[in-house]
Amino acid sequence: MSDNDPIVFPSGWTRLRALTPARIALGRAGTSLPTAPHLEFQFAHARARKAVHLSLDREALAAELAAAGLGTLLLDSAAESRAVYLQRPDLGRQLSAASRERLHDAATGPVDLALVVGDGLSATAIAANAVPFLRVLMPSVVARGLTMAPVAIVSQARVAVGDEIGAGFGARMVVVLIGERPGLSSPDSMGIYLTYAPRPGLTDEARNCISNVRAAGLSYPEAAHKLMFLMDESFRRGLSGVQLKDEADTLALDGAGPGRNFLLPEA
Amino acid sequence: MTGYSHSFGGETYRFASLAALMACATPARSGDALAGIAAADDEERVAAQMALADLPLSTFLVDHVVPYETDEVTRLIQDSHDARAFAPIAALTVGGFRDWLLSDRADAASLAALAPGLTPEMVAAVSKICRNQDLILIASKVRVTTAFRNTIGLKGRMSTRLQPNHPTDDPAGIAASILDGLMFGNGDAVIGINPASDSLPAVEKLLRMLDEVIRRYDIPTQSCVLTHVTNSIELVSRGVPVDLVFQSIAGTEAANRSFGIDLALLREGREAALSLGRGTVGENVMYLETGQGSALSANAHHGVDQQTLEARAYAVARMCKPLLVNTVVGFIGPEYLYDGRQIARAALEDHFCGKLLGLPMGCDICYTNHAEADQNDMDTILTLLGVAGITFIMGIPGSDDVMLNYQTTSFHDALYLRKVLGLRPAPEFEAWLGETGIFRDGGLSGEIPAPFRRAIGGEAA
Repeated sequence: MSDNDPIVFPSGWTRLRALTPARIALGRAGTSLPTAPHLEFQFAHARARKAVHLSLDREALAAELAAAGLGTLLLDSAAESRAVYLQRPDLGRQLSAASRERLHDAATGPVDLALVVGDGLSATAIAANAVPFLRVLMPSVVARGLTMAPVAIVSQARVAVGDEIGAGFGARMVVVLIGERPGLSSPDSMGIYLTYAPRPGLTDEARNCISNVRAAGLSYPEAAHKLMFLMDESFRRGLSGVQLKDEADTLALDGAGPGRNFLLPEA
Repeated sequence: MTGYSHSFGGETYRFASLAALMACATPARSGDALAGIAAADDEERVAAQMALADLPLSTFLVDHVVPYETDEVTRLIQDSHDARAFAPIAALTVGGFRDWLLSDRADAASLAALAPGLTPEMVAAVSKICRNQDLILIASKVRVTTAFRNTIGLKGRMSTRLQPNHPTDDPAGIAASILDGLMFGNGDAVIGINPASDSLPAVEKLLRMLDEVIRRYDIPTQSCVLTHVTNSIELVSRGVPVDLVFQSIAGTEAANRSFGIDLALLREGREAALSLGRGTVGENVMYLETGQGSALSANAHHGVDQQTLEARAYAVARMCKPLLVNTVVGFIGPEYLYDGRQIARAALEDHFCGKLLGLPMGCDICYTNHAEADQNDMDTILTLLGVAGITFIMGIPGSDDVMLNYQTTSFHDALYLRKVLGLRPAPEFEAWLGETGIFRDGGLSGEIPAPFRRAIGGEAA
């Protein structure tokens, strides 16, 4: 180490940053994180912490869904506050007593599909993605002639609350749209969970998941394509979960080659 | 079995079962409170620890926290117990075992010989009466070495999993994070991707890409795409280059069922990977992940505390002879480990229990944005585990996993730990870092090797 060496070494591959939202090429002070990226991280963490505690505007969401031609039913989980929700996942998986009655009153007989929209850990994700995604998805659902329950909008919801709702509606399948835990760089990521023959008490192996649905992640058409593939297969085979493999050719895939990129240029 | 009791300070404390005693003796954490099995207060907790300390270790061979008849993990633990290896400590109580572990009788050789004689419940029990420094000191004496294309776990070494996740599995985006990690000297434990899509064609594409990167740049490391074991088995049958078979595992049969696995399936996965013969210096072909709280999360905990169940997952791991076991300690959220303090305690317990049972324990030192934790907590855990002799940690660009949405240790963090503790990467990988010129005199040279410089330059064109 000489006095001529820089104190902060920049990384010589900053142009690769265009390829990924990951925090690459941050440089180093010694071998540690330089001051600027260190403090940028701290700010992003502070912002993500804030997002966790935002609440879902259910009325606004219901109005948007109505505009898209979908009826709704507003429900609450048994977790009455955000603080309780964060420490009691069991309560987030059940409906409150009042919502259970409301569901019972709204159920009108067997349907093919129940859609559930829950805030999960990011109401931001649902506000941003739920309606635009459903606008892309619904034509395929309609084309198949599937009968549907009103869309359940649930606050303080965990994924498994969909099982009780699906069962309450007498639905053959439930699809849950839910806000995923907010990341530093992606506070708006939505997950989609599919369960065939939903009923309370099912666990994760009974579900199929599509994650990271958002503008900068998995696009709405790709997510809808995957979901319809899974729904078709699930209805055809009468099951969901680990036995149902996602073999949908994603729109972006170009065969089973190794994925050409700058590290692997054509020989 | 009948209950257990302890009298102290003018009061008698009663515990209905071995599971209840173990749960009450566990240092406080939110997951046990959520399950309704935690001690009512600190006095009851310490009384339970005293009762546990007086318990003969042999109790765990006859009183099972999860029934033998209905749980294949219990059967695995009991049926594979090595009585001869257990003999040196067979007459000890849990408290006596703690003293033995702290004494000079316990060294790398005696602990390695003892491992097959220990059950998860024994090590969980002794961990509950250990302070953090005991967990560190005892674990630091254990040496567990595994190998595939390099050798993991040698003394004075600390490896990293390079975790180049991308929100849409974009190959170029993943490649950018791989290059970033390699230039920071990370990636000797494994280059391991959590795929955004579990679809077979997508996983195959990533596996072929990692295989070609490792071969083209001649990197002495192994790859893994963290997909369900059934996917890996299917991909092996299709001739896809699978290095390590991945699976998340838990400590009860029911929790494993919630993951869509059982012991037979894990054995099948291991056989599939072995059939490819891709390891060059060893045959440890599995990468397993665990974490306290997974059994409760799946409603499959049988009234047993989450730390004991985590240790039982290590019996499942032990059966698989894995290259790497990773306790993903802070990922599950605040309902199981509430804050930085609870995450730190769990990280030390998991590392301790895994090492005593003979496993190559690494730790995903991490937190989510809904937990009461921050970077300072991670620095503390990282340093404690470094002193305890952690086998490997995660390395990710800038601590931010842009696919899984949580924070784990960065490439920089690994270099910090290596610097303050004088730790080095796996020898084969270290040699490669030297040959390529990424390292000079054991540290970063600041140079980008020509093949990588050309690759980056090509990206500009």
